[in-house]
Amino acid sequence: MTVRHALLALLSEGPKYGLRLGQEFEARTGEIWPLNTGQVYTTLQRLERDGLVESDDDADTGPKKDFRITAAGDEELRRWLRTPGDNGAPPRDELVIKVLVATQVPDVHVAELIQVHRRHLVETMRAYSRLKEDAGEHDVGLLLVVDAELFRLDAVSRWLDTAEARLRRRPDPDAVATVPARPKLRGRVGARR
Amino acid sequence: MSGVLELHQVAKSYGEGPNTVHALHGIDLTAQAGELVAIMGPSGSGKSTLLTIAGTLEVADEGAVLVEGQDVATMSANDRARLRRRSVGYVFQDFNLLAGLTAAENVSMPLELDGLRPKAARAAAHAALDELGVADRAGHYPDQLSGGERQRVAIARAVVGDRHLLLTDEPTGALDSVNGEGVMRRLRAACRRGVACVMVTHDAQLASWADRVVFLRDGRIIDHTSAAPGPESLLVPSAES
Repeated sequence: MTVRHALLALLSEGPKYGLRLGQEFEARTGEIWPLNTGQVYTTLQRLERDGLVESDDDADTGPKKDFRITAAGDEELRRWLRTPGDNGAPPRDELVIKVLVATQVPDVHVAELIQVHRRHLVETMRAYSRLKEDAGEHDVGLLLVVDAELFRLDAVSRWLDTAEARLRRRPDPDAVATVPARPKLRGRVGARR
Repeated sequence: MSGVLELHQVAKSYGEGPNTVHALHGIDLTAQAGELVAIMGPSGSGKSTLLTIAGTLEVADEGAVLVEGQDVATMSANDRARLRRRSVGYVFQDFNLLAGLTAAENVSMPLELDGLRPKAARAAAHAALDELGVADRAGHYPDQLSGGERQRVAIARAVVGDRHLLLTDEPTGALDSVNGEGVMRRLRAACRRGVACVMVTHDAQLASWADRVVFLRDGRIIDHTSAAPGPESLLVPSAES
């Protein structure tokens, strides 16, 4: 989540002061990401330094000082919106590493370990679904944020299901030593967090 | 506390001798009024068998099944059929609507079979369809309805009358996620009215709508979720600059 671009997006609607930007940021993201006022002003100062927003220097310098997006800021916002996320390299996922390690540790029942993580995931997802239920169908900002998190957790849950099914069918561990060498992925895995 | 549905040490096998398949072993499960319980497990874990036994469509080999306090093993086939019509609603993945009947007729038919006068049954069907937002489709046949509309008609048929137990098998079926969420909101609304709902699914997102999730593997309950944490448990300290 980049606060910098979220603030540019809010300012693209018209001039606003810092306190209001903080409140709108939280409201638009379903209040999932709390943002303190100090963080808003620090980010605004950096945006102003980079020429992406401007304010009236001579005017009120208090909490109601208005900020405006500049042409360069508008251009940066539109460039950022179209820039793909970093999906190139697999992330160094702690859960993936735990399951991989568990397959090597003696006396660890991997299916039980997977179930511990699956239960925790479902419990977290349940809290999100309850949030969605309480919000109703009109709070689109919140629903979009919660959907994104639910799909992310769902993907992890599906990976656990697949890992469990794959490990159930794995061949005799003694035979693993004879598996032919595969192309090296090691340079890529873990490149992104 | 007694539940609307209680399963005690239920076991079920198919086949004989070396070909015996043990579908369920020692299942203990209770669903209280107003509670949505999800049974989560992969294909072949025994989910559907559990649901058909809970719905009295199949008989357990061992153990007891109680619906609204009545032991179904002591009931005649006719009494079980009456219990199914009056107390148990089903929502299946493929809707199971009767093609030759309109949406309203699909919903009113179980009430009429149970002896309700046609006029009263039609009124109850319209009220149920209205609550699910498909009253304007009451006169349409299943093949004239979208997937989402068919699913809503199936839910109306499951909850119409005075049903206290709702059994659902992957109730969002092939619906897209927004329509699927609509189905789950309606199931939750039925629970708020006091219906006990048991839903089997392999889908974690669907299961996450439940009050309680029970995990099934190889015909056994291996785990269950703890008490539901509130949404406040999700708050993170601060956003990243």
